[in-house]
Amino acid sequence: MSSTNISTHEVHHDVHEEHEHHHEQNFIEKYIFSQDHKVIAKQFLFTGIFWAFVGGFLSILFRLQLGWPQATFTFLEPILGGWVENGKLSTEFYLAMVTMHGTIMVFFVLTAGLSGTFANFLIPLQIGARDMASGFMNMLSFWIFFLSSIILLTSLFIETGPASGGWTVYPPLSALPQAMPGSGLGMTLWLVSMALFIVSQLLGGVNYITTIINLRTKGMSMTKLPLTIWALFLTAVLGLLAFPVLFSAALLLIFDRSFGTSFYLSDIFIAGEALANTGGSPVLFQHLFWFLGHPEVYIVIMPAMGLVSEVITTNSRKPIFGYRAMIGSLMGISVLSFVVWAHHMFVSGMNPFLGSVFMFLTLIIAVPSAVKVFNWLATLWRGNIRFSTAMLFAIGFVSLFISGGLTGIILGNSALDIHLHDTYFVIAHFHLVMGAAAFFGMFTGVYHWFPKMFGRMMDEKLGFIHFWLTFIAVYLVFMPMHYLGIAGFPRRYYSWTGFEAFNMFADMNTFISISAIIGFSAQFIFLFNFIYSIFKGRRSTPNPWHSNTLEWTTPVLPGHGNWPGPLPVVYRWPYDYSKPGAVEDYIPQTVPFSETQSSNFPHEKDLE
Amino acid sequence: MWFFLLSDAFTFGALLIVYGLSRHKHLPYVGDPEAFTFSTQWWPIPEKVFNAFPGLHGVDLPLAFVALMTMILILSSVTMVLAVEAGHRMDKNDVQKWLLWTILFGSIFLGCQAWEWTHFIVGDDTGMVLGDGTRVFGASLTVNQYGPPLFADLFFFITGFHGTHVFSGVVLLIMAFINTVNGVYHKRGHYEMVEKVGLYWHFVDLVWVFVFTFFYLI
Repeated sequence: MSSTNISTHEVHHDVHEEHEHHHEQNFIEKYIFSQDHKVIAKQFLFTGIFWAFVGGFLSILFRLQLGWPQATFTFLEPILGGWVENGKLSTEFYLAMVTMHGTIMVFFVLTAGLSGTFANFLIPLQIGARDMASGFMNMLSFWIFFLSSIILLTSLFIETGPASGGWTVYPPLSALPQAMPGSGLGMTLWLVSMALFIVSQLLGGVNYITTIINLRTKGMSMTKLPLTIWALFLTAVLGLLAFPVLFSAALLLIFDRSFGTSFYLSDIFIAGEALANTGGSPVLFQHLFWFLGHPEVYIVIMPAMGLVSEVITTNSRKPIFGYRAMIGSLMGISVLSFVVWAHHMFVSGMNPFLGSVFMFLTLIIAVPSAVKVFNWLATLWRGNIRFSTAMLFAIGFVSLFISGGLTGIILGNSALDIHLHDTYFVIAHFHLVMGAAAFFGMFTGVYHWFPKMFGRMMDEKLGFIHFWLTFIAVYLVFMPMHYLGIAGFPRRYYSWTGFEAFNMFADMNTFISISAIIGFSAQFIFLFNFIYSIFKGRRSTPNPWHSNTLEWTTPVLPGHGNWPGPLPVVYRWPYDYSKPGAVEDYIPQTVPFSETQSSNFPHEKDLE
Repeated sequence: MWFFLLSDAFTFGALLIVYGLSRHKHLPYVGDPEAFTFSTQWWPIPEKVFNAFPGLHGVDLPLAFVALMTMILILSSVTMVLAVEAGHRMDKNDVQKWLLWTILFGSIFLGCQAWEWTHFIVGDDTGMVLGDGTRVFGASLTVNQYGPPLFADLFFFITGFHGTHVFSGVVLLIMAFINTVNGVYHKRGHYEMVEKVGLYWHFVDLVWVFVFTFFYLI
């Protein structure tokens, strides 16, 4: 290694340093406390996958309760211990599971696992940088996230159980330890974990933004960036602006819980005793929470949109339709996401006029969303489609985004929302549009970039089975839920058998639970495929998908510093697929126009 | 740094909005300011709360002390600008001098805040009579002599949060000072680090101006 370095020493001084640095690394520096963005990305991915299985398992547990309310689950006692009493799931535990399912999925899987993985992995590779702006901060971001994960995981095993007030932790339920067992130590751990999580997100976000602005390689202007980078960039901006507000809200809640303040508490009578707190307002917490909470759903979905755009255009062998419109709609969504938070609070007693303002702003989001869907469909239209697993998941994403998005228009109307609020209709809506869709985005990313991550291909047959089982199961789970919701079936209820009107839905609930179990089981196919392919998968070529973006110009397994030689230079946008007159059906970004005279458009003739 | 500051601005923005909303929920004091007394019924008039000055017991000097604190903090921003400017000239001695002044002013501000808190917590001689006839002096997180509990809660939380920022700022300044003395930046060829710390310092200063406006003036 050193001999080659000496020869290139004069020309590529920085490369030399990178290699020297690489050389001295021991195991811990290389794989544990690594500052290499690719390793950090994999760490986020593994942690994310672990959390996804925990979160999924919890949902199966409470689906068991909902699907078979009369059954006894003695077989769960070895796993759950005291949470199963005489074969019945404890009611407190049911609430705790619902809360933890939401928290884990939204924050730990779809925020940290999705944008943590792909922002870290793709940003330096796709903009042509050696690493993140600050590798140390990047490492810190992961380890703080890891610490926060451990704290949340610990809270699952304490005696009083984890936080149980719903993932939105509305006070006063979450603020008063005497309100329910989960509001004791479990809630404290939840808040500590979340505070650390926010710190980790901010460290990561600052890094992503700085890297994208400052470290783009020569020729990589903002309008030559792949859409993934645009999506990750705007996601980081959203996170940076939204999470601090949750931080403030959480700090105030910690003070209310532990130091006797009354920011959110007023005139409360609990367990036969009047509390001294006066003057606070629980609705205030809802405003602060949803000021984060709404941008949060876009923090979850926008990276998925970026990944899907990239995969769809690559596998359709066509340029993305409306590149600038895609960027514009991402920006539109980002801006709008900050001014619609109160649509989660239509029934909180707000002024109906205010409600109509928020309703109006909410419905405007349908416009950029529709632009994106239209562009994806137009990209697919008459494309030379290759149905790779990643592509299937990308198309599945578009499908789920449409079916979930349509019900968003219904829920955005305050008049309709008053009826549908807190029913299974809402559950169905957001699970389709941001839950399952974001998961599909994540699968797309994993299947597509797996060769770059591990130098091997994932098995396409298993991927195919995984896709179809998941896709069908998702629809079988969530489509019937719309129907339940319209009938008024309330969410978060442990048992509905006490209501005569809902007994007719017993079969439907059983059906949903069976579908959920099938869907969850299918994920083990993915897990097997993932782990097996890391070690035994078919070896990949440097550019297995014939893609244009920069990460595919690196060696099969890029080392620390990504490119062995000098950084690539970019001449064109990333979507020159099937350009008329070109030799092949793709022209990587690093190919100058002077080398492709046969395919140049008139205005490109004189370009470099 | 800019992006970090932007996100920090949102944190403080949220807190000040909490302050605004909480205050709006309480009745304002209507009536003659001369006849004002502390009561949990209404939000206190800040001038009646923050009217003490160290060493001048019993003298009514509304907002004099906090005005002094604010002046000191603004002055520290001025010396910070001078330090950054000296950094552009690569004048190591001047950077040291102005950084030291900034650290001094920052520490004085923290000291003043400590006194202000102590006074706020101890209270004055009269105190306030509660509904059940007991008299409270000073303030804690649950009850205070100046008005509704939330007034003290917010005061402690927001000025405390800001004070933490000032404290971190002073620590950063001391680190920058040590590095300057050791010539780290001089060897590096630029004093960009001083400039970054300066950005943070100005931001903290600016936040104080807002906190001051909300808490003491309005």
